[in-house]
Amino acid sequence: MRRHTLAVLVEDHPGVMNRVMSLFRQRGFNVDSIAVGHSETPGLSRMTLVIQGDDQTVEQLSKQLYKLLEVIKVTDVTGDNLIQRELALVKVAASERTRGDIMRLVSEVYRARIVDAAPDTLVIEVTGPSEKIDSLITLVRPYGIKEIARTGCAAIERGSGAVVVARDEAVA
Amino acid sequence: MVAETERAAAEAQPSAEVPSTGARVLCRALEREGVEVIFGYPGGVVIPLYDVLPEFGIHHVLVRHEQGAAHAADGFARASGKVGVCLATSGPGATNLVTGIATAMLDSIPIVALTGQVSQSVIGSDAFQEIDITGITLPITKHNFIVRRVEDIGPTIQKAFHLAGTGRPGPVLVDLPKDVLLGHGELAPADPVNLPGYRPTIVPHRRQLRRAAELLRSAERPLILAGHGILISGATDELVAFANQAQIPVGLTLLGIGGFPGSHPLCLGMVGMHGFSHANHAINEADVLVGIGMRFDDRVTGRLSEFAPHAKVIHIDIDPAEIGKNVPADVPVVGDARETLKLLRGEVGELNHDPWLELLATWRKRPPSGPVNPRGPLAPQYVVERLHALTGGRAIVTTDVGQHQMWTAQFYSCDTPNQWITSGGLGTMGFGLPSALGAALARPAAEVWAVVGDGGVQMTMFELATVVQEQARVKLAIVNNGYLGMVRQWQQLFHNRNYSETPISAPDFMLLAQAYGIPGRRVCHPDEVDEAIAWARAVDGPTVLEFRVNQEENVFPMIPSGASIRDMIEEDLEWE
Repeated sequence: MRRHTLAVLVEDHPGVMNRVMSLFRQRGFNVDSIAVGHSETPGLSRMTLVIQGDDQTVEQLSKQLYKLLEVIKVTDVTGDNLIQRELALVKVAASERTRGDIMRLVSEVYRARIVDAAPDTLVIEVTGPSEKIDSLITLVRPYGIKEIARTGCAAIERGSGAVVVARDEAVA
Repeated sequence: MVAETERAAAEAQPSAEVPSTGARVLCRALEREGVEVIFGYPGGVVIPLYDVLPEFGIHHVLVRHEQGAAHAADGFARASGKVGVCLATSGPGATNLVTGIATAMLDSIPIVALTGQVSQSVIGSDAFQEIDITGITLPITKHNFIVRRVEDIGPTIQKAFHLAGTGRPGPVLVDLPKDVLLGHGELAPADPVNLPGYRPTIVPHRRQLRRAAELLRSAERPLILAGHGILISGATDELVAFANQAQIPVGLTLLGIGGFPGSHPLCLGMVGMHGFSHANHAINEADVLVGIGMRFDDRVTGRLSEFAPHAKVIHIDIDPAEIGKNVPADVPVVGDARETLKLLRGEVGELNHDPWLELLATWRKRPPSGPVNPRGPLAPQYVVERLHALTGGRAIVTTDVGQHQMWTAQFYSCDTPNQWITSGGLGTMGFGLPSALGAALARPAAEVWAVVGDGGVQMTMFELATVVQEQARVKLAIVNNGYLGMVRQWQQLFHNRNYSETPISAPDFMLLAQAYGIPGRRVCHPDEVDEAIAWARAVDGPTVLEFRVNQEENVFPMIPSGASIRDMIEEDLEWE
């Protein structure tokens, strides 16, 4: 069991997410996070999936994904070479007394930003690998967290290689 | 000048009178795919389609329940190798198809299900008879579509048939909103189907083939497990040639029956839970196992950790997701069964496994077939044996699910492809009669028998009306033991004979047949069996035979669910 990150290129049609999620639910795959957005190719979206599983489970998941008509390419990008980023917005309780501590903590240690301040709350914007965000959340939790919104992880490999679609690559 | 104007007016006339509606575009698209028969049932939103259907050369079969339409399309597809088509209205019509679509999904059967949908202006408003059928059928279709514009009808139908019938076949559903059926447009010329996310691998990888051949050349006790993929790809001749040349015995999965001739000396018959004991022992002793067009279903393998303990596995399938799913493959080969066998035959050359084949010959054993006292009680196995003998083993045989299905699989040996039609993966009771109807329409000249139980037949017996309406020559053989027999067998063996809710009453099947205007005979003793079958065969039209059989006959051998061959029960040890 380890964490795998998959880059999945899918056709940008209505209902594609539904098919992908239905597949995960039906076959009992555990997904930690999903992030979706347009890719470099018009008409294709890129999903970044973070999943827990052994190599065989991930292979099976990848093969099942390929059976979906709109899935064009599945690449396991797990490895040291991976840049992973997630964005989180965290609304945390902050009194006059604690505000300074929180601001110092998040800006100095996490290089996060304060994007809103109200008399009794702060909104922190933080970007980074999911572990860094987990760690920030753990640290500010004692102050009282009001809300968390996370985007899920987006990932791309270092260097000049790229996850792109070759003409004859897709399989059924 | 005048003449030209008149001609132009005359040409314009028909199109003014007969506007090209979405419904007509759909019918033309279906004709273009070669559709000759549709199994369907009208309803509110598909009235526009039914309005124009008689204009086209497509025969519509009016079933009595939409589940019957899906099963009939399935039986049609299995008997003919073509794509079967069923049609239902929105809402309950569509949901009634669901069991039939799921049956086709689990058994990789090419059907196209057409459903009506409410007009797009009211989709999402819980309109009358609105249901999200594409959502419901998401996990039980190979793919599904909702058509939004008239101009999309043609390309969608083309894609649907392409997807249903190629690669690993399966059901495809096309949802058609009423406003699309009523809209105006033309059928666009057929374009080559372009689906970038769908390219089945037909020709296998050369290197994997060489590895497979190497493994086979080193094998002393090789065994082929042939599944439904042989039938789907039409690989029977290649498989026979391959087995002959490499002298490898062949075991069949339930759905593989007919893919390799049952009477061939290398054929070991069915494997798995109720497979022949020698076939299962062969798996247990094999050193190389070649799975072709099969998916190592739990009914085949039993306990995975003890399955084929000495064997290296070569797994050939067109669906890469099946390889390594249940049983790890030493040599994975993705490809079409026929193409792969053709190439593999070239790589392997001639082999000889005489000692192994001689050993297997000493194990050969038929399943227990019950008592045969002519005036004594009637053994269901005997009924199937006689049916096999009297039809020369050449009939198309459909079944329901349960004990009678297993006895038929054991005792109705098939020598040709597409004559054995049964619900394997989903195990759908009620499948036998409507699938026989579909088979009879696909192959009107063939003799078609539906062997069913008294439980399953009561789920869909109203399709007798359809059989009569079509004058389909379906011979119904009801194996009546007064129980939901397979569940009763499990209750007997594993639940202390607690026959909870398995004794089941039935109507008087002779009166039922009479009510439908179908001639029938009831058979209670072995010495009446031959005459009754001969009588039914002589009737030009549907018949009903009811066989009152031993109530507590069991199906053996049996490897209990989740167990291994060591736990195989060969016959009734509790004989009192």
